[in-house]
Amino acid sequence: MPEAPRAVPAPSLKDALALGLTRAEYELVCEKQGREPNRVELAMYSLMWSEHCAYKHSKKLLRTLPTEGPHVVMGPGENAGAVDVGGGLACAFKVESHNHPSAVEPFQGAATGVGGILRDIFAIGARPIAVLDSLRFGEPLSNATGGARARYLLDGAVSGIGHYGNSIGVPTVGGEVYFEDPYQQNCLVNAMALGLAPREQLVRSAAAGEGNLVVLFGASTGRDGIGGASVLASAELGGADADGGAEVDRRPTVQVGDPFEEKKLLECSLELLHRGLLVSLQDLGAAGLTSSASEMASKGAVGIDIDVAKVPLREPGMEPFEVMVSESQERMLCVVEPANLDAVMELCEKWEVGGAAIGTVTGSRRLRVLDRGGLVGDMPVTALVDDCPLYELRPAKPSKAVYPPPPATLAPDATPRQTLLALLASPNLASRRPLFEQYDAIVQSRTVRRPEQADAAVLAIDPAASAGTASAEGIAGEPVPALAVSIDGNGRRVAADPYRGTVAAVLECASNLACVGAEPLGTTNNLNFGNPEKAHIAWQLTESVRGLGDACRALSAPIVGGNVSLYNEGAAGPIYPTPVIGMVGRVPDARRVAQMGFARAGASVALVGPFAPSLAASELAKLRGEPLADGLAEIDLDAVREAQLAVREAVRAGALQSAHDIAEGGLAVALAECCLAGNLGAEVALAEPFRQTTSPAATERSSTRPLPPAATVLFGEGPGGFVVSGSEEALCRLGERTAVRRLGLVGGEALCILAGGDSQTGPLLEVNLAELRNAHGALAGLFP
Amino acid sequence: MKFGVLRFPGSCDEVDALYAARRVGDAELIWHGERDLKGAQAIIVPGGFSYGDYLRAGAIARFSPAMESVIAFAEDGGLVLGICNGFQVLCEAHLLPGALLGNANRRFTFRQVELEVVNADTPFTRACAGGEPLSIPAKHAWGRYYAEDRTLRAMSEAGQVVLRYAGSQNFNGSLDDIAGVCNEAGNVFGLMPHPEHAVDGLTGSTDGLKIFESMRLAIEGVSA
Repeated sequence: MPEAPRAVPAPSLKDALALGLTRAEYELVCEKQGREPNRVELAMYSLMWSEHCAYKHSKKLLRTLPTEGPHVVMGPGENAGAVDVGGGLACAFKVESHNHPSAVEPFQGAATGVGGILRDIFAIGARPIAVLDSLRFGEPLSNATGGARARYLLDGAVSGIGHYGNSIGVPTVGGEVYFEDPYQQNCLVNAMALGLAPREQLVRSAAAGEGNLVVLFGASTGRDGIGGASVLASAELGGADADGGAEVDRRPTVQVGDPFEEKKLLECSLELLHRGLLVSLQDLGAAGLTSSASEMASKGAVGIDIDVAKVPLREPGMEPFEVMVSESQERMLCVVEPANLDAVMELCEKWEVGGAAIGTVTGSRRLRVLDRGGLVGDMPVTALVDDCPLYELRPAKPSKAVYPPPPATLAPDATPRQTLLALLASPNLASRRPLFEQYDAIVQSRTVRRPEQADAAVLAIDPAASAGTASAEGIAGEPVPALAVSIDGNGRRVAADPYRGTVAAVLECASNLACVGAEPLGTTNNLNFGNPEKAHIAWQLTESVRGLGDACRALSAPIVGGNVSLYNEGAAGPIYPTPVIGMVGRVPDARRVAQMGFARAGASVALVGPFAPSLAASELAKLRGEPLADGLAEIDLDAVREAQLAVREAVRAGALQSAHDIAEGGLAVALAECCLAGNLGAEVALAEPFRQTTSPAATERSSTRPLPPAATVLFGEGPGGFVVSGSEEALCRLGERTAVRRLGLVGGEALCILAGGDSQTGPLLEVNLAELRNAHGALAGLFP
Repeated sequence: MKFGVLRFPGSCDEVDALYAARRVGDAELIWHGERDLKGAQAIIVPGGFSYGDYLRAGAIARFSPAMESVIAFAEDGGLVLGICNGFQVLCEAHLLPGALLGNANRRFTFRQVELEVVNADTPFTRACAGGEPLSIPAKHAWGRYYAEDRTLRAMSEAGQVVLRYAGSQNFNGSLDDIAGVCNEAGNVFGLMPHPEHAVDGLTGSTDGLKIFESMRLAIEGVSA
């Protein structure tokens, strides 16, 4: 049995429990060590075996997801996944959460969330080209104390994201935000980043080469973020009161970001890789040096010795365990051949980035921690990385409602006109302009579609390639290949039906891509759920992952990476189950990308796709204060995919003037959004379209089907619907591929919706553009 | 002609400026630690956060070796364009009058703004018509132009106010809606909006190209 290194106060089971390990896990640690762990080792095990690092409640489920496909260059397991985008280039992308840090300190929590995901991208050698974010808060317009907290978190998170992304020169090109009571205490801050690299220059993180040096570079190491992964990220948030009593105590577990340091680190890392000076590279995130070093060693099937005395420190007197688990930001770890060390240090100096050789690669397959040469910790790499027990979930569908009904904010007898205005003004649907105006969306000169110009962000792959190829007058020159990216995840619909809600979230992303003519290449996801040890949360998680897998398989958009964030609940209960889906697609020619807004008066407007609206778990049901529906309607995945394909092809052919996916608020809200984005009105009629389609078979079916009630037609939700505008001829051609229902014409200064062609009772609703815009601007007051 | 584009460790829009300049001529990056301007006939000090700007935007950058050369270059009559952070740096270096304060809305704000060309008779605007509207994006947190009354009056009389925010477009609270100013000699120009992000119809407007085209005309001695 190996001797316990150097005498340090021996920790006890009690210490292990305080660090988040269970009794059984502690016993297993003792077994793996062949003795009781010392303080350094226990600290390292407690982090590596935390939910955040070990995925111990989710790993078995994640193994069911599709991860392979013709475009996949790098799948799950690396710092980020990557897909082939043509021209010898790969796009790396990933989404990650920083929920609990943001709930405790929103500005730094969100800022370091962006910093962390950017490091994941450049750790594999890709230059970050875009950030998107997915946010969830409580109701921001509520007068209750929860409203004040929602506004504080929203303001802090948006400022933090902007602070980091704007300062580092990576555009924030898109995102989404929902406001619901279940997120009031436990907000969600997920950040997604994309990067580009020549395919053959992508690097992996596996350490290799006995005798090679392990170099830590970037910021110095301090006491910030100690225990972030275990204490903060892998447990439920405490019962914070309105002024956040318990949260104040946890602020020291939140890291502090420095985007200037990261900007230098980014340029330095990419130049090191470009010059071929590194064997492998890994960023430092949760659990700091502990997880980076042990994962590099694990992937390379080697050992690593680290001397904590060689780590540049921000403050004196740090204990070895503190150095090993610190989550100080803006640091990278790399493996370097001894002959290249001087060149590496020279480049660090050029970029004014600190660097130090802190260890060596060994053949021992052990992670050994030294302090001035003396052994203070010695662990088998596989024990740290692979031997954490994985737990079976015990899913059970809850027998009664998990979430209380939301407060009603709309009278049951509201007219269609009042309802449309209330929906447009509801925080979930109102214009995001006050948020995205705080982000630089255009740096790097790639941004072909800015936020609210189209359903997905569109980024030219080569920013210099477009010179002189597009102008207001027309198209000339060579095609401009581009990427499209979308992020989505409506938690309320997943709460109503974890399987179908998740399928719908994946479809929503793919529909967004279709609107700009993009085919999906790959998917990333962040599974935000409550405490998986509870049966009803386990059921949500299991069903949701099943939906995620089925939808990604159906769309041939495999999962290339992602993140799981569990224990998102507080005293008031769990969050809505929130799988956040990020999807990247390829656009052959950015010059032909459609826009969301109506573009030309006189154009025909049509509803495209197998859209079957329902009010279950809709935004209108929420405004009416209805209890959450138990289950959503069945989804015809094949029909939706066919509709997406038809829209995508039509956009690519330049046949459509506008294309917009129908989402929250249904058809009427989608029409209003097209009017607002294009600053043009429209006159449409609904009865006929819902009786007839261009397909004869469908006409036969629908003639026997009763017309749905007006509210359902106007405001019902469901996947597979698009509002498009274009020439009559283009719509005819589209009708050969998928269901196309003529609605009316673009034009005028108002959105006018008639019940039907033969109706003498006047329009169902008529709202002029100014009124629509006024309602849609409801969030402006939150950012004076 | 050849442009030199400065690159500080925290520059963000230097490559964008490089691409924009290359649409009208040659262009090369110049590292902040170097004094050699590489034979550039015009210098662009780009947007970004030069040295992090945690102190005051541009306050440290003005002391960089490259800026020492740029100051001498400007004093010799060389053309210098400062965009956003570059404008802040040029004010800190006293190559331009006035200062840039925190936005009136106290937030970083990104918006496509409409500008009015107040003085079309400068080396930076000669490809524009007087009073011509330009649609160019702005994105900054510290863009509120400030100068003392006396200075403002003198600048206005001398034609040093080159660009103004049109109509209600002044979101940052700049005095007299000032968006861009030049020095007395007319060879140094700074503006908060980003003309390098308005050079391609695919990614926005093309009005910013006129600034770069003007500089080319000025260097090559062709009148518009």
